[in-house]
Amino acid sequence: MITAGIDIGSITAKAAILSDGRILGTKVAFTGYNAREAGRSIYEALLRELEMEAPTIEKIVSTGYGRNSVVFADKPVTEIICHGAGAYYLNPHVRTVIDVGGQDSKVLAVNPDGTVKDFAMNDKCAAGTGRFLEVMARAMESDLDDFGPLSLQSHSPSKISSICTVFAESEVISLIAKGESREDIIAGIHESVASRISSMARRVGVREPVMMTGGVARNIGVVRALERALGVSIGVSPFAQVNGAIGAAVIAARI
Amino acid sequence: MTETDTGKKSRKMQSVGKMKEIMTGYYIDAKTAGQTGKKVAWITSGGPVEPLIAMDIIPVYPENYGAMIGASKMGADLCARAEAMGYSSDLCSYARADIASSLIDGGPIGGLPRPDMLVCCNNICGTVLKWYEVQARYYDVPLFILDTPFCHTEYTDEAKKYVRRQIMEYIAFLEEATKKKFDYDRMKEVGRISIEGQRLWQAVLDTAMKRPSPMTCFDAFFHLALIVTLRGTQVTVDYYRSLLAEMEQRVADGISAIPNEKYRLLWDNLPIWYRMRWLSEKFAAHDACLVADTYTTAWCMSLRYMDENNFLDSMAEGYTKSYLNIGVDEMIKIVLAMVDKYDVDGFVMHSNRSCKPYSLGQYDIQRAVQRERGIPSVTIESHMVDERSFSESQTETRIDAFMEMIGQKKR
Repeated sequence: MITAGIDIGSITAKAAILSDGRILGTKVAFTGYNAREAGRSIYEALLRELEMEAPTIEKIVSTGYGRNSVVFADKPVTEIICHGAGAYYLNPHVRTVIDVGGQDSKVLAVNPDGTVKDFAMNDKCAAGTGRFLEVMARAMESDLDDFGPLSLQSHSPSKISSICTVFAESEVISLIAKGESREDIIAGIHESVASRISSMARRVGVREPVMMTGGVARNIGVVRALERALGVSIGVSPFAQVNGAIGAAVIAARI
Repeated sequence: MTETDTGKKSRKMQSVGKMKEIMTGYYIDAKTAGQTGKKVAWITSGGPVEPLIAMDIIPVYPENYGAMIGASKMGADLCARAEAMGYSSDLCSYARADIASSLIDGGPIGGLPRPDMLVCCNNICGTVLKWYEVQARYYDVPLFILDTPFCHTEYTDEAKKYVRRQIMEYIAFLEEATKKKFDYDRMKEVGRISIEGQRLWQAVLDTAMKRPSPMTCFDAFFHLALIVTLRGTQVTVDYYRSLLAEMEQRVADGISAIPNEKYRLLWDNLPIWYRMRWLSEKFAAHDACLVADTYTTAWCMSLRYMDENNFLDSMAEGYTKSYLNIGVDEMIKIVLAMVDKYDVDGFVMHSNRSCKPYSLGQYDIQRAVQRERGIPSVTIESHMVDERSFSESQTETRIDAFMEMIGQKKR
């Protein structure tokens, strides 16, 4: 059975196509302002890349904030359930999933059968999300992709105490003015994100194996900071960013 | 699936019109009290209203008014006005909205009638103390504060004496304010009627034990108004008797509150007044009926302490042991009992930025419910009146995921 999952997040749109439990292809693009358009265009782009025709796809599940705007999907399913299913697909032993996306972060406790037992989500606040990191990258005049490697060179992470994105940004600017090194400030930013997420994770209860998914999982600095904060090792799949779309495609095979 | 008009019509509660009529009459009486020579007392929602009724004083509830402000979506504007006056946005939105509407003499029904006195009981929170002090200064009227010690576990002898003595001071305050002697025989009668009203309210809520439930907590949020504002009056007793009959008839006729009740849920904390319809439709779309809630139950929770033959003493205990004036361990017992009584599949917690005493301890309660009963729960972060704090897409994702979790579990 060939299925597709389309995950429309606040910053990026992701698509995945699976055939009998095997990943045929995945794709990531910016969502832009038109979520409806984003769903169609990423789906069509992935089909073209795989040289497939739309009728070969038997079922489609949409997920993410824009899940209801993907009108051609058979069913919308929340990203919480999809990230659980995706992580379980990538590692059937997984018990905790930490998903950090553009506008929210969430922690899922996963049952042995891959269903979600419980979850916690960030309050309506950008702290501990990809958007927070984007704002900080702008303040640091750095490329977000360099954040991870740069932070690993830090020996003494700066202290960023504010959890409010706006206040943290001015804290970062004053740290720059004080002459603290770029590496230390970035490492401090990662620790601040990790501290926010780890308190949420503790609320749900952290059981190993732990997997991190979502776009922020690409940032090795955040992953390491979270590992230190939680005292566990965290697995990151190469498919971390498209995990929600993969989970959606997995669920599509069941409907 | 959209419901047919006939389905919706048969589901509509007949009592709604009667309730609106009573509440309109009540507010007209209160607003015209100046002309009829009656006194008006503003009182907190958990305050002992019965002595006011016994003294023919019209009780007015800024908190009920706060709910009206929220439901009519005037909360954001009034809260913003209060913030412009210098009140923090972290302050209770009922307090902010009430203080602002006093100043502009506006809001629903053109503002509340001017009070002749204020009665404040801190069994629901500490904010009411400052809120009522502000209003006492603004209106330049006397304020009576009933201080109910927090009951972590028990109502001690010291607490009993302390509260009981204040009840006598309360009566003296009312005698002074009205220049009338307190009528203890009338008090006894009002006490009896109050207990009867609470019993009937509990009986109405109990009909939700039936499957399918004839009512949802959103219905309870609406029908609650009388047990809050007119507790101790015959009109309340008569109304709940007819509402109970209607609910029992619905049960007998198999009329359910939502078209297809598949899941039963318990709600915790105050309603999100400006999103009642959206929330009720959202849950109904998932075939989920919120059959009960800790909030509306609070107005009959003290029944077990109430004794009509010793009303004033038992009232002192009942009001002191209100749901928000007891320890979290006691709250957990109540929530677990409700989970069992209404046989629910999940627990929905409104983490209300506006009401700290209600929201503090929710994570502990949630953990206990999960540990003891193994049912899923969800937290919705919001504000009861200030709609600027509501995020529809965040709330929707949480509810959808929660219902998917319950669906997985029940399958």
